[in-house]
Amino acid sequence: MLANYLPVLIFLLVAGGFGGLLIVLGFVLGPRKPDSEKLSPYECGFEAFEDSRIKFDVRYYLVAILFILFDLEIAFLFPWAVSLHAIGRPGILSMVVFLTILLVGFIYEWKKGALEWD
Amino acid sequence: MNTLIHWWNLLGADGQHLVVMTAQIVAVMMSVIVSVAMMTYAERKVIGFIQVRIGPNQVRIFGLPFLKGLAQPFADVIKLLLKEVIVPAESDKFLFLLAPLIALVPALATWAVVPFSPDFVLAKLDAGLLYILALTSLGVYGIILAGWAANSKYALLGAMRSAAQIVAYEIAMGFALVGVLMAAGSLNLTEIVRAQSHGYASYVYPWQAAGFLSWNWFWLFPLMVVYFIAGIAETNRAPFDVAEGESEIVAGFHVEYSGATFATLFALPEYANMILVATLASVLFLGGWQSPFEGYLAADLPLASPSFLWLFLKILCFLFCFLWFRATFPRYRYDQIMRLGWKVFIPITLIWIGVECVMVWFKVGPWARVL
Repeated sequence: MLANYLPVLIFLLVAGGFGGLLIVLGFVLGPRKPDSEKLSPYECGFEAFEDSRIKFDVRYYLVAILFILFDLEIAFLFPWAVSLHAIGRPGILSMVVFLTILLVGFIYEWKKGALEWD
Repeated sequence: MNTLIHWWNLLGADGQHLVVMTAQIVAVMMSVIVSVAMMTYAERKVIGFIQVRIGPNQVRIFGLPFLKGLAQPFADVIKLLLKEVIVPAESDKFLFLLAPLIALVPALATWAVVPFSPDFVLAKLDAGLLYILALTSLGVYGIILAGWAANSKYALLGAMRSAAQIVAYEIAMGFALVGVLMAAGSLNLTEIVRAQSHGYASYVYPWQAAGFLSWNWFWLFPLMVVYFIAGIAETNRAPFDVAEGESEIVAGFHVEYSGATFATLFALPEYANMILVATLASVLFLGGWQSPFEGYLAADLPLASPSFLWLFLKILCFLFCFLWFRATFPRYRYDQIMRLGWKVFIPITLIWIGVECVMVWFKVGPWARVL
């Protein structure tokens, strides 16, 4: 059972090693002549006005919260869909109830304007 | 040679197994990387032809007189490796160099569970699809970290846009996958492909194997469309590439990256993910390695037998669509992208899951045997 995951572990290590090798190669093979202009953050020909760690729009938080809600819903749906053959009609009915409740929430979000982006 | 055999025998059964497995993994990884190189070449060539140009046609392999331009991606890789790696002075240097790795490793490691042919898959995971969903979600961390660690406004804006977009489309993608699971009844990708060889149209039509009509797309067509378009948005490809938006935020999250770090952060993962989306769309909806003519032609014909080449052909069709879309559609505005994800795709997938529930209830089509 757990032995099935061994290739995954090796693959993660090999891929990480490959990525690390690429970056190290870049440092080894490339020239290294830093100066203050080159190392400053990109800007269109002038000094950056302020720190770039700016406050960002609250809508991004909203998207993140909605994502967590829906992703949890998917996490519930996955095992249900896989075992659909075993749980039969009572399983379908209970999922219809669950989805209806979530659908009401989705419609509420929609009407409240949480999904708007302008 | 004899010493090699001697060492090989010394390894023992477990050791030999481990060495063979590692060799297979390296082979799959290198194939993906070479495919990425060929994909960048195909992209420039296809878009070139669509725009009535010829695309790259100069760089040759070892100066051979044929296949002009085919060595272009390899020349690009060498050029990128020979460029200076710039680490901005105000950046968080550790995270700045870690972000490319976090973007690259999931993009490559997902290939461990992709079934290439009936008997070749690196890791036979029963939770294969879950593993893919988990790893592709990790890729967004690389983008966010890259944008934040670079300490540049453009990078931060690009990373925020990219993250919100990926997250929004992941939901539609997840619901589409639920629809596939309802049909397949397994998270194991090999089983999902196997389930498509029988059961679908073969219940509607008298013959046993129905070839391309028995694949998932027949009953789950809306989900396939949603999955593929969401996949394009997940990989930040045109027309959903506001995260890069070169005309407004120059290049988004990878604006401060150069040389080898640029290749590791952006070029490799983005193209590897594109190929992965195309592969998964083929595996989940178009029957993976299965032949479209199965059941229509004599079973012993090579054209009717399952093969890696069928999977390859399906992947190429999807990849061509990626390039075609990029050359055809103008970039979406950000609010249009979010509207499409939240207000069109999620309702479509939810409705189709409901339709599937009804089909299961009344034992329609592939679900005739269920319950």
